[in-house]
Amino acid sequence: MDTTRSLFLPPQGSTVASDVDALFGFIFWISLFFFVGVTAITVYFCIKYKRKSETGQTTPYVESLALEITWIVIPTILLMVIFVWGFQDFVRLHIVPANSMEIKVTGQKWFWSFNYDEGATGVGELVVPVGQPVKLLMSSKDVIHSFFVPAFRIKMDVLPNRYTITWFEATMTGEFEIYCTEFCGKGHSEMWGTVKVLPKDEFAKWLEAGSGPGEGESMKEYGARMFVKNACNTCHSLDGSKNVGPTFQGLFGRREVMSDGTTITVDENYIRESILSPMAKQVVGYDPVMPTYQGILKDVDIDGLIAYIKSLEN
Amino acid sequence: MEHTIPEKHYLNEATGWKSWLMTLDHKRIGILYMIMVMFSFFLGGVFALLLRWELISPDKILMGPEMYNQAFSLHGIIMIFLFIIPSIPAILGNFVMPLMIGAKDVAFPRLNLASWYIYVIGFCFAVYALFTGGIDTGWTFYTPYSNETTTAVIPILTAAFVLGFSSIFTGLNFIVTIHKLRAPGMTWFQLPLFVWAIYATALIQVLATPVLGITLALLMLERVVGIGIFDPAMGGDPVLFQHFFWFYSHPAVYIMILPGMGIISELIATFSHRRIFGYKFIAFSSLGIAFTGFLVWGHHMFVSGQSDLAAVIFSFLTFFVGIPSGIKILNWMATMYKGSISLDTPMLWALSFLILFSIGGFTGIVLGTLSIDVHLHDTYFVVSHFHYVMVGGTVMAIFGGLHYWWPKIWGRMYNETLARIAVVLIFVGFNVTFFVQFIMGTQGMPRRYYTYLPQFQGMHGFSSIGALIMGVGFLLIGIYLIHAIFKGKPAGPNPWRALTMEWETPSPPRAGNFEGAQRLTHGPYDYDKVVPENALKQYKTL
Repeated sequence: MDTTRSLFLPPQGSTVASDVDALFGFIFWISLFFFVGVTAITVYFCIKYKRKSETGQTTPYVESLALEITWIVIPTILLMVIFVWGFQDFVRLHIVPANSMEIKVTGQKWFWSFNYDEGATGVGELVVPVGQPVKLLMSSKDVIHSFFVPAFRIKMDVLPNRYTITWFEATMTGEFEIYCTEFCGKGHSEMWGTVKVLPKDEFAKWLEAGSGPGEGESMKEYGARMFVKNACNTCHSLDGSKNVGPTFQGLFGRREVMSDGTTITVDENYIRESILSPMAKQVVGYDPVMPTYQGILKDVDIDGLIAYIKSLEN
Repeated sequence: MEHTIPEKHYLNEATGWKSWLMTLDHKRIGILYMIMVMFSFFLGGVFALLLRWELISPDKILMGPEMYNQAFSLHGIIMIFLFIIPSIPAILGNFVMPLMIGAKDVAFPRLNLASWYIYVIGFCFAVYALFTGGIDTGWTFYTPYSNETTTAVIPILTAAFVLGFSSIFTGLNFIVTIHKLRAPGMTWFQLPLFVWAIYATALIQVLATPVLGITLALLMLERVVGIGIFDPAMGGDPVLFQHFFWFYSHPAVYIMILPGMGIISELIATFSHRRIFGYKFIAFSSLGIAFTGFLVWGHHMFVSGQSDLAAVIFSFLTFFVGIPSGIKILNWMATMYKGSISLDTPMLWALSFLILFSIGGFTGIVLGTLSIDVHLHDTYFVVSHFHYVMVGGTVMAIFGGLHYWWPKIWGRMYNETLARIAVVLIFVGFNVTFFVQFIMGTQGMPRRYYTYLPQFQGMHGFSSIGALIMGVGFLLIGIYLIHAIFKGKPAGPNPWRALTMEWETPSPPRAGNFEGAQRLTHGPYDYDKVVPENALKQYKTL
């Protein structure tokens, strides 16, 4: 049983995972039983009743209503068992426990951001405590996305015009993948994130600490971390190649022509403005698709990114 | 016994390209469809191979993410709208169904030809879209993405819109034909089961396709003049689009599979030489699937944000679609019991169908289950399930049907050895490609992903090898089937010794199908009463 489970299913990281897997196992074994039966009987018939004469005359038979009813009723009963079982688990998946902590999830092309009641924010990384129900209140800033954590067996579409809700309670610490599962364009397959499940005390410390470089980390190194964590790398290359946005290689000090024809030199203030109000001045030849990081990045994050960009020479 | 090709038949009674492009003969129109639809299948197959090639590595091999998104969208749109929906009804339904019921043609031959031209217009729009910006929405066109993307959405929507009319007209034509043109003495319960399946399909084509037309028209209006039905910025609702879309597209998967089931009923009966078991159950299960298929569209939307109550009701109803399919499979097995089974190529396709479609059905139960679908929705599990039903089901059936009726269509037989090799290649290649995708899906690999995490690379590579094997198999089929048209051994009127009416006329049939008026002398599956022969002497016109 367990080897089948681990072949097919990812680790069980939430309270509902084992229930979902149990039903999956039930259907799996029933299906396997009937599938082997159907195949074996078919093969047996092919051998046993192989055509022996050229004309292949066969005998008449009696229609059997009893047989027909049997093979209608038995599958129907099994299917109803599966339906009710799936229904009960679905209800559990959808009723958020009253003692949940709430986190606001925002999906946009092509990253996830997370806002906590306590004021903390995160991009690409959802930090939660173990053993605590977490309610996710989700919405999208552009097209439909879908929030999927395989290890938790949860998935919910994230819509631009309303909130959708899902919840989970992590049962073990560690890092688990978040995927976007509703096709959302060029960066869809890189709209990855991580759920980082911490012990409760460490989570409390994390909430208080907020952001900024870690001990012994330079601003440049911190900026490099922010570059990946905030998904800048989805659209900006480091090797000079053109992507959705301009490359960061040799960006600092470069003269760029704007879409309105003016020319500017990239300096600290231009970078800051481009992060917070990306539509204000755009480099010519690129689509106006850069999202604003207003309210997502703190000053220290932007300082780090500027330090990092300065270091990326040609 | 040596057979010869009759001197005059529908292929040579009139000549010249005009005699083809202006033909009203259902058999020739079937062949016109065959050329277009099989070319589309080739095109969609090329895109499939490009996708599998790119997915060998998470990094770029052939194309970047934008190209990849276009390739998977085109693969889906071509395969669904240009290949699989028209495939069986338009090719084999057109060619075989009137012969099966002893009719000289369909009820409205001109409308039939018009359907083909409408299909060609739709095809041209799709090709136009391909060369003017492509399309990157997937075949589902979900808003608001389809409203924002800069690719050629309008031409491709026009293509699907136009193709819908072709489908509706064909369905209408078949319904009238089956009601009005059956040979004297042929009651509804003496119809071959393929005809029942085509009939059930035609009902869905006529009833569901207009909804797709309306939906696509609304989406076009949304893009062009911004009417605000689906756009949230204007107070519209993107989930409404999903409801509209699946209201057609779920019944549409039964447009795709029902005719395939009809072919399998014929193949199992013919190659088991046995009266089909549970005739009425198989016939009515087609209608049951057609009806229930209209009530389950919301099972594509369990995590879309539709109400939980709706999700529960749709899940409940979904399980009832599974039952008629199960009935068919068990009745086919019962037909083989004490039969006289001959494993000719068409039967091998039918057996492949039985095995692969069963897997498609069982995994459908997994997906219909609410709690599990939350985990599996939009993963490779869905991709694999869909391909087991559509390729493992419909494509096995259409190739079974083509191999079965090829000697009737062209009067000549293909190379049996190559044909058997091809079945094995496709069967093995298919399972190599898609079984591993079930495991990727349950492990959490999302669909429509250009790149992926390294833990999936081994399975993606394995899957791509299978696609290559399938590609070789289909190429082989193309070669020997075309070869058979010109060089195959004459097959005689009834090479499989079957009892349905299309075998009571020479191969290839004459332009008017039958000599004089056709009358029913025995049921389609009276193998316990009549001994069929591969000669016309037994089937003198009464």
